[in-house]
Amino acid sequence: MLSRLATWWTILRISLEERLVYRGDFALGTLMRFLPIVTQIFLWGAVFSAIGATAGGSRVAGYSYRDFIAYYLLTMIARAFSSMPGLATGIARDIRDGTVKKYLIQPIDMLGFLLLYRIAHKLVYYLVAAAPFALVFYLCRGFFPGWPGAITLLGFLASLGMSFLLGFFLEATLGMIGFWFLEVSSLLFVYMLFNFFFSGHMFPIDMLPGIWGDLVRLLPLQYLAYFPSAVFLGKITGADLAWGLAVQLAWLVFFMAASRVAFHFGVRRYSGFGG
Amino acid sequence: MPDRPSYLKVFLIFARNSLVRDMTFRANFIIDTISSIAWMAMNLAFYALVFQYTPMLGADSGWGKYEFFLFLATTLVVNSIVQALFMTNADEFSELIRTGSLDFALLKPIDTQFLVSLQRIEWSSAGNLVFGLVLIVYASGKLDQAPGLAQIGLYLVYVACGVTILYSLMIALAASSVWLGRNQTLYDFWFYITNFSRYPREIYRGKYGDPLRWFFTFIIPVLVVINVPARFLVRSLRPQTADDWLLPAFTLAAAVVSLAASRWVFNRALGSYRSASS
Repeated sequence: MLSRLATWWTILRISLEERLVYRGDFALGTLMRFLPIVTQIFLWGAVFSAIGATAGGSRVAGYSYRDFIAYYLLTMIARAFSSMPGLATGIARDIRDGTVKKYLIQPIDMLGFLLLYRIAHKLVYYLVAAAPFALVFYLCRGFFPGWPGAITLLGFLASLGMSFLLGFFLEATLGMIGFWFLEVSSLLFVYMLFNFFFSGHMFPIDMLPGIWGDLVRLLPLQYLAYFPSAVFLGKITGADLAWGLAVQLAWLVFFMAASRVAFHFGVRRYSGFGG
Repeated sequence: MPDRPSYLKVFLIFARNSLVRDMTFRANFIIDTISSIAWMAMNLAFYALVFQYTPMLGADSGWGKYEFFLFLATTLVVNSIVQALFMTNADEFSELIRTGSLDFALLKPIDTQFLVSLQRIEWSSAGNLVFGLVLIVYASGKLDQAPGLAQIGLYLVYVACGVTILYSLMIALAASSVWLGRNQTLYDFWFYITNFSRYPREIYRGKYGDPLRWFFTFIIPVLVVINVPARFLVRSLRPQTADDWLLPAFTLAAAVVSLAASRWVFNRALGSYRSASS
């Protein structure tokens, strides 16, 4: 047990150091990533100015103008937890070029290794990105209704933590498909497309009318961006909050199991190519 | 033997070679085309959704649903042309500089900027172009008054201006990798800058919007790239405000100046280029 902990600690430390090598323009890059929010602010400003001029009502799908901006800023936080750049493509590539062998012959669990690597990656990211995030949120504090209550805040944090794990295991499962199909890039593009629109990154999914909204709510994607943000804004409370968190946990457990099963059967199919 | 090569002929050969290459990997080509169209269809669906909640983007801006669809189609047309002709090449150019393979381009008896800018044509972007044209036909049919011939003629001129401005910006950015020595952030930077051009100018207003609009119109003129041609499609030609003829005039000048500026940057970059090959 102790030796296993030592292994994990070593993996975490190596990954941390590797990430810190490239801290140079990292902070600037993070700040740049907020630029699209600027156009969103103006876009929704234009939408609301038109509604105000014609109808007098000032809410879109239950969101005020300020809610919209706050929502987009919050999805940035949620995405900072749930997005896993390069995870699925990395796994698929390792399978294709044979690098996956190293997990098979060394006493290291592949999913565990990748998870620790990802945690280290994220930790460094938060360390470097904290200042730009704080700056942007400070500048935009007027869009927020104020700090939410303790229960909402706890729900938000729980949902964020799970969104990280859900994002990880969901993408890992997708990457494992590489054991069956060598080329998965077009499949991953479809996933990326769905993720972008139906995770709530592009718009709050409350905007979707009727059956479309119901369908998107059945997907696990909403927990990657929409759900934590909506919780923070107090759109989801009480029993809905508890139920939402439970469903998120269920999806998380499902994908944890799915990635294990996929890895188990994938390795059986695997024939090592490349040196 | 003629002194200078026939640029048109060389361009056609580039186009042909690229097509042959794309058709060699046909499945990949089809997937590329479908995925970029799917991406645009999703975007279109998003705006259709937005227009479920509002009749117009901005009070009295004139950008109703179908007017804005024409705007979106123009974004598609301009960007697909830029992507088809220049995107891959600009990316390749940074790579040529980094690896030192630019030597081979310099040795060829043809203008280096021409060669570097156009040697690979991305045919899969044609799918988006077609999608954009179909959207134009559909959306202009929904307008009270379909655009006339003169409007279409001016539209084409200003689409060309838009493409020129974007090209100049892109090649200048790519050339800057001579001094920076890397190009990873090029695409990011490109995306963030052109992101501002994807919306009507009218939405940028207020305390922060006005300076922003001014900056992206007159300093980095990306806001006229889509806005000016799209305006010609949705509104009658009779100028209503001074902006209606000043802005197109400015756009013409901006296209010429930015092309000249990019040429200057490009040549400066070549002057500073030190081959990196062993």
